[in-house]
Amino acid sequence: MIELTDVRKVFPARRGAAEVTAVDGVSLSVAAGEFAGVVGPSGSGKSTLARLVNLLERPTSGRVVVDGQVLTDLDDDGVRKARRTVGMVFQHFNLLDSRTAAGNVEHPLELAGMGRAERRARVADLLDLVGLADRHGSRPGQLSGGQKQRVAIARALAARPKVLLCDEATSALDPASTAGVLDLLRQVRAELGLTVLLITHEMAVVRAVCDSAVLLGSGRVVDGGPLAEVLTRPHSPLAAQLLPAPSVTDSRGDLVRITVTESAPEGRVLRTLAGELGLDVEIVGGSVETVAGRRFGRLLLAVTGDDGRLDPALQRLRDGGSLVERARPGDEPVPVDLTEPEPDPAGQAPAFARLLDSPDVQR
Amino acid sequence: MNDWSRIGPQLAEATWDTLYMVGVSTVLTVLIGVPLGVLLTITAPGALSPRPAFHRALGLVVNLGRSLPFIILLVLVAPVTRGIVGTTIGSTATIVPLTIGAVPFLARLVETSLREVSPGKVEATLAMGARRRDVVRTVLLPEALPSLVAGVTVTVVALISYSAMAGAIGGGGLGDFAIRYGYQQFRTDITLTTVALLLVLVQLLQWAGDRWARRLAHV
Repeated sequence: MIELTDVRKVFPARRGAAEVTAVDGVSLSVAAGEFAGVVGPSGSGKSTLARLVNLLERPTSGRVVVDGQVLTDLDDDGVRKARRTVGMVFQHFNLLDSRTAAGNVEHPLELAGMGRAERRARVADLLDLVGLADRHGSRPGQLSGGQKQRVAIARALAARPKVLLCDEATSALDPASTAGVLDLLRQVRAELGLTVLLITHEMAVVRAVCDSAVLLGSGRVVDGGPLAEVLTRPHSPLAAQLLPAPSVTDSRGDLVRITVTESAPEGRVLRTLAGELGLDVEIVGGSVETVAGRRFGRLLLAVTGDDGRLDPALQRLRDGGSLVERARPGDEPVPVDLTEPEPDPAGQAPAFARLLDSPDVQR
Repeated sequence: MNDWSRIGPQLAEATWDTLYMVGVSTVLTVLIGVPLGVLLTITAPGALSPRPAFHRALGLVVNLGRSLPFIILLVLVAPVTRGIVGTTIGSTATIVPLTIGAVPFLARLVETSLREVSPGKVEATLAMGARRRDVVRTVLLPEALPSLVAGVTVTVVALISYSAMAGAIGGGGLGDFAIRYGYQQFRTDITLTTVALLLVLVQLLQWAGDRWARRLAHV
């Protein structure tokens, strides 16, 4: 549904600022119906990447294909029409204060030239869908952050897009509203068969809703893939973000790392090592999380008393489907800090500052 | 000195002249100044429709119009006035320099107002597949409306003050009245009465403008 091929975006040098390559040769493929995440630290180019998908930013080079249409081959008029197949939700909602909730949802329908009666009916359906059937007449200023984002989602869905782009859609929300908005995104994805590309710096969001994800660093794809696969991939930087591997400290004995999945639970490993081999097994670190609706974990064991039987036993376990390996200090990628710098509260920064405040591009 | 029965009707006529000159030039100023302000805004670098060279040229013209003292403008545009109105004297003739003087003023105020509309709102609308003119029509102008109303109010007040100089070309109005009957005939009472009238007029306009802007702001 979304196909980026070697996409680059270079912002030309401006007064007092050097040229910036925000996206540097990214290839990315999102299948129809997939819920894909793009994560990366501040300045990694993820917001620019989102804007390349609907050509709010034209790529300097590379190809963007959405729903079989090569957007990069279209003229401005063609791009405008193609944008209707891509809904977009923003961190700061970007609702119009001059319109009510209903008026905001109606806006894209007006632009698409839909008749008044038809618009009204569609707006009612949409506000119903996002759980705001009773807030038609509310102004954005009268709604909570979570409610505003619901209106924005209804607005993004109004023109019946096939793709929904979410650019830090939950980053300005409190945890409860975040959970609500994520539930809504999951629900509309399932009900409408949408393809969702979600840009975020919050790994919890990726764990909660994404089927797959890519990790960006300095405008490049560092790692990526379906989460279930990424998590079982040894030394994956993205897995380190999703499920930080317990750090290896100086510890007695041999260190063994177990990756726990539903098909490879930890019980068998523990039984073999502690039970059959009679080794002294201590859990020195670990975490278990629900990712993409399934249970994943990483445990670090310190095993003492190995008399040469540990390695053959680990091999047997691996042959049997368990994900076990010896661990050494420093053999796992350290998670990078994804926290965003505190953004200016929307509406307080002067307009020109907000224009340049796209968090990924210091122009 | 009890000649107010003679002065009264003349004062009423002067008030009417002021309202007429200011009213018509306000309408014309809005009709020309708002589109000009929109043009200034959207052609700026990094804006909706960047045309840096055009933007700079337009900015220069606007600044030129703003830097000219009104009394100079009044004389300078006389040929234009004759071309449009057919004469260079009288209240109707004053409307031309008044409008020419106020348009750059309002255009800058409009530009400032429109620039304050969050670029995110523009981006969200472009993401819907909007044309640039749709963005101006459905986002920039409606979102900036409270601030635009405030800008027009300031412009009207400025027009009232400009119109006081209309007397220089036989335009009439309250300012001219104060000078001819009050100042030149040493009638301080007439001067003060006229000033009071102007004050009430400006206060009333400012109050109405503020009220309107607040109502539009939905806060």
